[in-house]
Amino acid sequence: MESRRVHWLPEITRAEVRAKEEKGERPPLSKMAVCIAVIAKENYPLYIKSVPTENELKFHYTVHTSLDVVDEKISAMGKALVDQRELYLGLLYPTEDYKVYGYVTNSKVKFVMVVDSSNTALRDNEIRSMFRKLHNSYTDVMCNPFYNPGDQIQSRAFDNIVTSMMVQVC
Amino acid sequence: MSPSQWDFPVELCCRPMAFVTLTGLDVVYNAVHRAVWDAFCANRRADRVPISFKVLPGDHEYPKCRTKRTSYEWYIPKGILKTGWMNKHLNLVPALVVVFYELDWDEPQWKEKQSECATRVEIVRQSLQGRNTKVAVVLIQKKTPLPPGEDVIASERAAALCNACDLSGKSLFVLPHTDHLVGYIIRLENAFYEHAQTYYYTEIRRVKSHKEYLNKTTHQLLFVRHQFKIAFFSELKQDTQNALKNYRTAYNLVHELRAHETNMLEIKTMAGFINYKICRLCFQHNTPLDAIAQFRKHIDLCKKKIGSAELAFEHAAWMSKQFQAFGDLFDEAIKLGLTAIQTQNPGFYYQQAAYYAQERKQLANMLCNHEPATIYPNPDPLETQTGVLDFYGQRPWRQGILSFDLNDPEKEKLGILALQLKEKKVPHSELTITLLSNAVAQFKKYKCPRMKSHLMVQMGEEYYYAKDYTKALKLLDYVLCDYRSEGWWTLLTSILITALKCAYLMAQIKDYITYSLELLGRASTLKEDQKSRIEKNLIKVLMNENPDPEPDCDPVSVKAAQKLWADRVSLSGSNIFTIEVQEFVPFVQCKAKFISPSFHIDSPVQFDIFVKADCPHPIRFSKLCVSFNNQEYNQYCVMEEVYQKSETLESSIQETLCLIPGKTKKFTFKFVAKTEDVGKKIEITSVDLLLGNETGRCVILNWHGGGGDAASAQEALLAARSFKRRPKLPDNEVHWDSLTVQASTMIISRVPNISVQLSHEPPALTNEMYCLIVTIQSHEKTVAKDVKLTAGLKPGQDANLTQKTHVTLNGAEMCDDSYPALLTDIPVGDLQPDEKLEKTIYIHCGTVGTRMFLVYVSYLVSATIEGKEILCKCHRDETVTIETVFPFDVTAKFVSTKFEHLDKVFADIPFLLMTDILSASPWALTIVTSQLQLSPSMAPVDQLESYVENVVLQTGESASECFCLRCPPVTTGQGGVATGCYVITWKRTSAVKSTLVVNTVITLPHVIVESIPLHVNADLPSFGRVRESLPVKYHLQNKTNLVQDVEVSVEPSDAFMFSGLKQIRLRILPGTEQEMLYNFYPLMAGYQPLPSLNINLLRFPLFTNQMLRRFIPTHIFVKPQGRQPDDASIAAA
Repeated sequence: MESRRVHWLPEITRAEVRAKEEKGERPPLSKMAVCIAVIAKENYPLYIKSVPTENELKFHYTVHTSLDVVDEKISAMGKALVDQRELYLGLLYPTEDYKVYGYVTNSKVKFVMVVDSSNTALRDNEIRSMFRKLHNSYTDVMCNPFYNPGDQIQSRAFDNIVTSMMVQVC
Repeated sequence: MSPSQWDFPVELCCRPMAFVTLTGLDVVYNAVHRAVWDAFCANRRADRVPISFKVLPGDHEYPKCRTKRTSYEWYIPKGILKTGWMNKHLNLVPALVVVFYELDWDEPQWKEKQSECATRVEIVRQSLQGRNTKVAVVLIQKKTPLPPGEDVIASERAAALCNACDLSGKSLFVLPHTDHLVGYIIRLENAFYEHAQTYYYTEIRRVKSHKEYLNKTTHQLLFVRHQFKIAFFSELKQDTQNALKNYRTAYNLVHELRAHETNMLEIKTMAGFINYKICRLCFQHNTPLDAIAQFRKHIDLCKKKIGSAELAFEHAAWMSKQFQAFGDLFDEAIKLGLTAIQTQNPGFYYQQAAYYAQERKQLANMLCNHEPATIYPNPDPLETQTGVLDFYGQRPWRQGILSFDLNDPEKEKLGILALQLKEKKVPHSELTITLLSNAVAQFKKYKCPRMKSHLMVQMGEEYYYAKDYTKALKLLDYVLCDYRSEGWWTLLTSILITALKCAYLMAQIKDYITYSLELLGRASTLKEDQKSRIEKNLIKVLMNENPDPEPDCDPVSVKAAQKLWADRVSLSGSNIFTIEVQEFVPFVQCKAKFISPSFHIDSPVQFDIFVKADCPHPIRFSKLCVSFNNQEYNQYCVMEEVYQKSETLESSIQETLCLIPGKTKKFTFKFVAKTEDVGKKIEITSVDLLLGNETGRCVILNWHGGGGDAASAQEALLAARSFKRRPKLPDNEVHWDSLTVQASTMIISRVPNISVQLSHEPPALTNEMYCLIVTIQSHEKTVAKDVKLTAGLKPGQDANLTQKTHVTLNGAEMCDDSYPALLTDIPVGDLQPDEKLEKTIYIHCGTVGTRMFLVYVSYLVSATIEGKEILCKCHRDETVTIETVFPFDVTAKFVSTKFEHLDKVFADIPFLLMTDILSASPWALTIVTSQLQLSPSMAPVDQLESYVENVVLQTGESASECFCLRCPPVTTGQGGVATGCYVITWKRTSAVKSTLVVNTVITLPHVIVESIPLHVNADLPSFGRVRESLPVKYHLQNKTNLVQDVEVSVEPSDAFMFSGLKQIRLRILPGTEQEMLYNFYPLMAGYQPLPSLNINLLRFPLFTNQMLRRFIPTHIFVKPQGRQPDDASIAAA
């Protein structure tokens, strides 16, 4: 129950986001991630989607290993200032081919995004807003009374958001 | 491992140090020379100058110096850097040659020695012709030299020697062979170091001077070469800043070279070398970020420079080496004090090196899959005449050819073939595994457990490819639990598939079964068809048959495995495997649940075992058994199915132990608990499910406790959180998620069927024998045997209460401390059905307070359950809380005979003791009697008899007594005089006659006694009458041992006339008494003040009239005169 309550208070209310979108302030979110994952507080995957062309297993491993850095970053943040804490964790670690970014909600649900290293057009700010968009969508999933917190995410709306952020390989 | 083509040469990786050769030292036979040499090379710590010394004979031939080119116009370089160049300047061409020569200044044969020395120098010079190498001479002398300037011969001869040897004075040294050898040596080597630096400086200048002759078209390679040489000489000179600068320039120049497939390898090799040097120096300068940036740049520049497609594996090998070398440099820097972080540590470079090593293997597999008949070309195109290459990174079959066109394509083909065939023999997996294990060690250090696990999986897989299945399985098995515990089922499944292959290929039956069980289970993400295949294989194994091979296995290994499996079948060894289930997620789940958390002994213990299978096909088990902490019960909880041998495991669904996938099956067990287990916990310690039978193979799935495996705890948590409504199921089916495990139950005694009633009159009064009547009535159908009563203070309360509480059955006797606080197991006998029994218990409470009393009745009764007769022990207990209060409050006070309050009494003068008994009991009390027990220091004035005998006090009522006492004079201390005790004998008014009376002793307060010099008492009637004479006699008693002078005066009062001595001065002898007689004549009626008697003691000024007032009356009541004067009054008038 506790975890549920936290999700009712997203950092940016959905209304705000919608207002921004209407004004056309939305950052140009092109399709750029190659893998997006949502990880539960207990570190098991709630949702993983990667571009279909590449080895899915590899991305699972990439996301899983990135949790080392997420754990470390969370423990470094400590318990202080839970409210004002930055949820965006930044670049977790670079590999030869990919950059891995992390984001953690107040209830310790993690979002991990893998981006192609060659994609230099993607700035930190864009990544940040992508995560925020993802968080809002995740909040919608949590608000669904039929969704049981801790279960795999099977929402079509969430899926669409994720797909919109992923590289469309023809 | 022997150094491969890709390893960096030693001379590149070492730290360049100035090279100095020492000649003229015979370190084998000459002890002095040996000592000198030892002093040079032993104990070279960091604070010594960086020189590498070498002892060479005086006539050693140094590498010849090629004639210097005056013009580069027609010179075309054949490569970038010669393979021998670095070694030449590190180990062959010295910066300084030192000639050691034994010569003292006072040498008698000076001339001869001098010329010999000059010859030696000359020989060295000859050998070094054309080089800038310096020469120095060290004279080893036996004598300690005099301070400079004092030894005239020495300075003369030194000048002469310099002249003869053509040396500057700075190059001649003296080494006295004395006690301070090491000190001299250190000074010497510092001097050598300066010479060496000058040498390398001139070398740098020399190389730089070539630059102006070069042109950009034909001499591109030379730009790189010269820049590299300048940097290398700077390093030798220990000028690392300039070295770094020059290496950086060299690096940029390398990438400016025209690259083509033919020279790509040379360019990459040199780029790799220079990059290595740059990174190394950056780490040395403690600028690790520069090193990392350089390395990233290097990789980005070179990543795409694959070169010949047919030799693409070479690029991967080169890349792998670059990462590995950087990882090594990084690690070395850390060992020297650099701090790395989780996201930037050598592990990433090793990991990437391993990645390229894997790629190299794949490329090699792709490019080197020649026909087995392909023969290695002869003559070997990789052989060179000298056995080594002239230039780094060139092809042996076309060394020094700069043209981009292949003038001999046939030769090129053979060369490539030779390289490919050679690559085939490289132990790729071994290389990869080494790199991976390096990376594992790093990630372990930098808190990356998941990265570590991932790398271990890769290592395991690499071992699998290398056909080392034992090691592969060991590694994979090690990490499985990490992925399992975090619930990454996709990854777990992928690892399990490899593990299953390993287990199959080694015919490890137990592992094979374990992995199959998990791959069939709910944690597996395998598709149904795969699961189905695995299940069939599992059944085959259990039927003692060979399983089908796993897909995509190496065919040779499969053949070997099939043979192994066949051997296993014929082998009749142990075919029973016990598998602990809680460590993984098998395809059968089990939950045990006692129907109730506790059972009475007279009802059967019941529990259910729920089992559910997740595999694709129905499966039949042969046996289900449950074990308990008390193994006696195990025999009652076994379910076995006997079936014919011929039947297969997938049998008809109707059978009890056949599980249909997804359906929960319930097995109910029932047994009667043992009477000795009453009050104990019955726990299910394990549930065993047998798969297969003894004729084939048999697997025992063992659940610890009441079921549950590696994943069930998390599932239970989720299920508990879930808000989902579960659809309704038919009555006999249950939702698996809604089932909770209840693995233990309590056995509690039979419900007692007797009543215990307590009757008493609370509160209890201190020290009384409080009467508690226990009434026990049996409602049992049969005789309650062996009834026992335990009564008294409930254990576990304050220890003081235990000492101050006593319980007895005998009310006729007062309790003392020997009585217990709790009477245990008082036999009461048997109780017939409906029989009633009464028992009186007396409780003696010595202190006030609240106490809990326990009345516990136990008995035996026989009962029948499930056709079994058992003797049950039943008990009923009652607890009662009783307050103990004081029966009454007693106060005692001292007053004077005038009933005035006294805070002290005067010796020998009577006073009154008043006691007050205030009843505090809610029940009426009868005071049987009271008694004053005086202490020896007190004496009664009259009879001490009780005035309160048989007085009944209701709540709040009080009874008082008054005793007249006198205290003989004492020499008192501070504390006063003990008065004595007051004993009240009482009982409850309601108590029967036989009840014991209680004696309550109250200790009376101490009183302060003071002596007084003079005591006055007055004899006067109780009242007077107006105009009637009132005689008053004052007695003055001297209480001292002295003769007292007393002044007595009487002050008149308005109400009286009086006769007697108005003022007198008299003496009273010790112990005697003086009487004063007065006749008062009252004038007014009412309560009138008497004429006051004033006494003044001359010896005791402290004795005041105030004190006197205590003893003698000050007022008297005067009655008015009668109306009818009688005779007496007339007579008086």
